[in-house]
Amino acid sequence: MKVLPVGEDALLVEVSSGDEAHALHAELLRRRAEGALSAREIVPAARTVLLDGLDAPARVAAELTAAELPPAPPRARAVVELPVRYDGPDLADVAAHWGVPEREVARLHAGTEFRVAFCGFAPGFGYLTGLPPRYDVPRRATPRTAVPAGSVALAGPYTGVYPRSSPGGWQLIGTTDAVLWDHARVPAALLSPGTRVRFVPVEPVGHP
Amino acid sequence: MTDRALAVVRAGALTTVQDLGRPGHAHLGVPRSGALDRPAADLVNRLTGNPPETAVLETTVNGCTVRPRSTVTVAVAGAPCRVAVDGRPVAWGAPVRVPAGALLDVGPAVSGLRSYVGVCGGITVEPVLGSRSTDLLSGLGPPPLTDGTVLPLGRPSGVHARVDVAPQPAPPAELVLRVTLGPRDRWFTPEAVRTFVSRPYRVSPASNRIGLRTEGAALERARPGELPSEGMVLGAVQVPPDGRPVVFLADHPTTGGYPVIAVVRAADLAAAAQAVPGTPVRFTAVRRR
Repeated sequence: MKVLPVGEDALLVEVSSGDEAHALHAELLRRRAEGALSAREIVPAARTVLLDGLDAPARVAAELTAAELPPAPPRARAVVELPVRYDGPDLADVAAHWGVPEREVARLHAGTEFRVAFCGFAPGFGYLTGLPPRYDVPRRATPRTAVPAGSVALAGPYTGVYPRSSPGGWQLIGTTDAVLWDHARVPAALLSPGTRVRFVPVEPVGHP
Repeated sequence: MTDRALAVVRAGALTTVQDLGRPGHAHLGVPRSGALDRPAADLVNRLTGNPPETAVLETTVNGCTVRPRSTVTVAVAGAPCRVAVDGRPVAWGAPVRVPAGALLDVGPAVSGLRSYVGVCGGITVEPVLGSRSTDLLSGLGPPPLTDGTVLPLGRPSGVHARVDVAPQPAPPAELVLRVTLGPRDRWFTPEAVRTFVSRPYRVSPASNRIGLRTEGAALERARPGELPSEGMVLGAVQVPPDGRPVVFLADHPTTGGYPVIAVVRAADLAAAAQAVPGTPVRFTAVRRR
């Protein structure tokens, strides 16, 4: 665990894998809940957790540097199921990258349990991990100026769902009717860091 | 009419509702948002007897014109500008009574960029995640004002203004931003780090509430590629592939993949919010306190 100071009152804690970032995030949330850590923001990301708005950053840095990272907590949280139609315009490109038939993309994707590694890009947009590294795909060479809300998309090691229409360069493989973000709902975000996610095909895969 | 509301007659180039923003939701991808020139927003609230979390208007470049439907006390601060009620000049930076139905004109910024209009009782549009701020990155909060928008006003708190006039810093002729280096300064060559803290930059016209963009010497990277996405703080100086530093302001994205060479002290961001395009910028390295 490497602790980097960020400005006057933040720390960036760097670890070596997404799983470690998940475990660290859970541990930091636990410490904050029990009053041992005062941080306004705890922001997990790919290989880091950012602690922002700290009262005593130097003390927290010293504590974290000395600490052993506990293992990730058991998967206690329920799985969020997102209904999906594998009808995205980039399904063929993704199938080609993966070297499989198109309907196999759907089968592999729907057969994977994902976890929200972190959020960003837009409120309620989760970066979901779970696919093996051999299924990483590049972003599209030319981003789309408008990706429809509910688009299920892939880029790099991540799957994501666009909470609202926005420009985007991810490969679109499907569509969901799930409402990822509704600020009038509690909680507003369907997905938050650590949430387990499964994509459930609306139509049986392979029998269109 | 006696209803507590403010009719927007001239929205101006970009006028938004702002308060202290919505910190605490960055892990969901929600920017903090909030007034860019926080001391100016605080001041107009104090001048109008409002608590500090009260929502105000933030104008850009050319002010705005509004018509309150009931008699209200207002105050304008931030970027200096001409203020008039029904065409008659009134004080800037002080409480002003605007009769019901009168026209309050907040003129173009004489210097600086953003003027703040506080109204006794505050702007009471529906809050989103505890804040009424317009967030231009994510679209949360009320949309920017348009001509004809009617904004609800709250009841006065009953607290008398604790100041009547207040000294304010003039918008800077040169923007000096104190920075602490890191967390990713090692992603740049030592020469690039020296350039960053010694050479002059200029404020780019592409700046907005998301970031203060700069023009000047490109900073050379010591290593190629992108970082895995990581959390971003207010004041982070991110360096995109063109090598020109961008200072993250209130509507900044919560995560990003370009390396952050340094972080600007929070106290210097109000001046950054008032720096017009072309203003010289210097980044100066300071020790972490």
